[in-house]
Amino acid sequence: MQTELFINGRVHRLEADARTTLLDALRHHLGLTGTKKGCDHGQCGACTVLVDGRRVNACLTLACMCDGSEITTIEGIGEPGALSPLQSAFIAHDGFQCGYCTPGQICSATAMMDEIAAGWPSHATGDLNAPVTTSAEEIRERMSGNLCRCACYPNIVDAILEVQG
Amino acid sequence: MTRHRKIDHPDDDNRLDSMAQGVLGKPVDRLEGPLKVSGLATYAAEARPSGMVHGVLVRATITKGRVTAIDRQAALALPGVLAVITDPRMVRYSAQGMADKGPKAGPQTVDYHGQPIALVVAEGFEQARHAANALHIAYEEEPAPVDPDAVTPEMPQAKQKAQGDLDAAMRDAAFGIDSTYTTPTLMAAAMEPHAAIAEWDGDNVTVRAALQMLASDRKQLADALGIELERVRLLAPYVGGGFGSKLGIAPEAVAAAIAAKELGVPVSVALTRMQEFDITHRRSESRQRVLLAAGADGVLTGIGHEVLVSNLPDSPFSEPVTQATPFTYQAAHRRIVHRIARVHRSCAGSVRAPGEAIGVTVFEAAMDELAEAVGIDPVELRLRNIPDREPGTGRPYSVNRLGDCLREGAHRFGWSQRRAPRERREGEWFIGMGVAAAVRVNMLIESRARVTLTEDGAKVETDMTDIGTGTYTILRQIAAEMLGLPVDAVEVHLGDTDFPPAAGSGGSFGAASSGTSVYLACEDLRTRIAERMGCAEAELRLQDGRASFRNDTRELRDLLAGEVLVAEGHVEPGDAEKQARQATWGAHFAEVAVSRYTGEVRVRRMLGVFACGRILNEKTARSQCLGGMTFGIGMALTEAVEHDPRSGHIVNRDLAAYHLPSHADVPAQDVIFLPDRDGFAGPMQAKGIGELGICGAGGAVLNAIYNARGVRVRDLPATPDKVMP
Repeated sequence: MQTELFINGRVHRLEADARTTLLDALRHHLGLTGTKKGCDHGQCGACTVLVDGRRVNACLTLACMCDGSEITTIEGIGEPGALSPLQSAFIAHDGFQCGYCTPGQICSATAMMDEIAAGWPSHATGDLNAPVTTSAEEIRERMSGNLCRCACYPNIVDAILEVQG
Repeated sequence: MTRHRKIDHPDDDNRLDSMAQGVLGKPVDRLEGPLKVSGLATYAAEARPSGMVHGVLVRATITKGRVTAIDRQAALALPGVLAVITDPRMVRYSAQGMADKGPKAGPQTVDYHGQPIALVVAEGFEQARHAANALHIAYEEEPAPVDPDAVTPEMPQAKQKAQGDLDAAMRDAAFGIDSTYTTPTLMAAAMEPHAAIAEWDGDNVTVRAALQMLASDRKQLADALGIELERVRLLAPYVGGGFGSKLGIAPEAVAAAIAAKELGVPVSVALTRMQEFDITHRRSESRQRVLLAAGADGVLTGIGHEVLVSNLPDSPFSEPVTQATPFTYQAAHRRIVHRIARVHRSCAGSVRAPGEAIGVTVFEAAMDELAEAVGIDPVELRLRNIPDREPGTGRPYSVNRLGDCLREGAHRFGWSQRRAPRERREGEWFIGMGVAAAVRVNMLIESRARVTLTEDGAKVETDMTDIGTGTYTILRQIAAEMLGLPVDAVEVHLGDTDFPPAAGSGGSFGAASSGTSVYLACEDLRTRIAERMGCAEAELRLQDGRASFRNDTRELRDLLAGEVLVAEGHVEPGDAEKQARQATWGAHFAEVAVSRYTGEVRVRRMLGVFACGRILNEKTARSQCLGGMTFGIGMALTEAVEHDPRSGHIVNRDLAAYHLPSHADVPAQDVIFLPDRDGFAGPMQAKGIGELGICGAGGAVLNAIYNARGVRVRDLPATPDKVMP
């Protein structure tokens, strides 16, 4: 079936099997392999992308559900020579080793920072009436959907704190 | 030209300390960092050769027996389906690391539940996945044991060791510990699932795959396919984690190559996460009995470590649980017992620090029991039992920094604040501290690299892999240091068997082995530059692209005058590894909070102090240790594979049910490296680092739980039900 996707500011017309997930559409059909497949079941977060500004697991989203949506993948966050502050901070703090979960971590953190700025509370938020502040504890709670087996967690938290702290 | 060195003698020249560039050891950012953070680093499944089609492996639903028939009609009738492949050369599981031959072939004979038995290939991935479910498979099933405790285990003579009379030592001991611990099956669970894309050009095949050790993987694949080595090229420029799971060639790579040949188009086969659990090597579960006999002062007189692990019949690997036990602590009377239960669970193999990961963890928990029994501080107990020479053999240690690590760690962690069990409370939470030693054997493996020097800089080429370990960056730093170049002037190309064969990533030997090959190649280049400067290599100073000897300084560019210098470095292990016991050392400290109401354990902080020779990059080395320590958190608290008691099948075969530590589980962690040099490790005095962090880390967490709550968990992991008193 045909789907129109707006990815990283460009229009892509996708002709694909109706069962194609957004993740496989990106990886198999559009050559955007920066979005990673770690589990295909929404358990690891490696496929996190932004759909209309919100973070979603691309593996749990059918491509055809995104017809007309604005999608940002890691390739749209920044590229070598023009990295986003968060991407640069990940390098400086060694927020990755193998790098496979990294695009998902960065997309997730990008949206998470917006969620904090918008005042969304989390399980780690103490006072629901006070403004939400960025802390290591908030970041750990909100980023727990993104697994990293190399376990660069402390470095990722430091990278995010540097950008938003 | 090739500069070859066999490490027959310790090299204490510490040449790298007198190089001028000053970049080695520094926390240099990863070379490939910009590609990884922008999604441009391409992993195994991320090439798209023209005409590529998709294969999906089909798994056995019996534990042992034979496939008698496969009805393919329904699958082949589906749109896009190209073939159902059951070639007898397809393999049942992965090769063990560094094997010369391919793993066991013949997928129609089933050895374990979940074994691949066929490959369905279709034009589209969704079509192949659907068709894989449409096969009708008939089996002839045989009964098979799957419970390691229910079979009579093998006891290979060569794996049993005894010295003195441990039973008498236990009888005569002022204090004795005789405790049995169990650890569950554990998985590497690298974030990138196994995948391969195979493409033939005539009789030559190129396979892009998720692999750790290309030189031996190439041999295994050539053997599995029945073709000459020279016809196989492997590519693995970026690997999304390994932790042992990608050491050997695996079923998807063999199947992709066979299918690509049969269909005449490139074929991609990627394991699903559930297949990753089914098919890749697991770390064997273990039952470990630890016996400790001590005098009233805590000085050990006897050590026993008796283990039961499992694997498939005929598999050459058995988890070497007791690997560090013979040389960590002194005692006159000693016994190692190693039993292997032959069961039809999936194949067991190397997972990060095979042996010590679970062996040191359990042994260190038992040491905590002894400290409690004797009534002395756990750090002090360990310090009193550090041997002067390797027990049993009488060999010296190359270096032994265990005591230094324990003392430094105790100081930095505030160990003196530790109180008796159950004494420290903060509201709902009991707070406790734990300590454990970290020990891991150190190895060097034959390795080669080529370094090319031009007037624009240097290029390093080797088939070594970077699985997140920092190889790209440390090889760049070594070459930059040796050749006096800014790091940006050194390119590094890895993961291609067209390059000289390297040790590969495994056993923590990658950095020192491949690094030394680069060092040797650079030493050869230095010699040739020195000739042009009219001095000896040792007198040459190279810095920022300039060569100096006494008052004579010249631009490297002018010395080369357009010429390209190429050198190959080749290192081999030699007698040095027999002359001394080589190991890496460390100490783990953990503080946990345990809920009095739920038994939930929160790790509040962790410190690891490590001595592993020269540190090549402070930043990437630290990250390796953080990763190991976090594996320890998982082992202590959450990770366990559940096998179906009827079939051996892994029931919790995904990341929702097999619990890796997540962000919220991991607190602030500190890593400290003690300044260290080990000449027995070679001319760089550098040793392994990737596995040391996991060895014992879980023990520190378990011991902290005891200190917090007074509960000794001997059946890992320490889930809340076991922690509730």
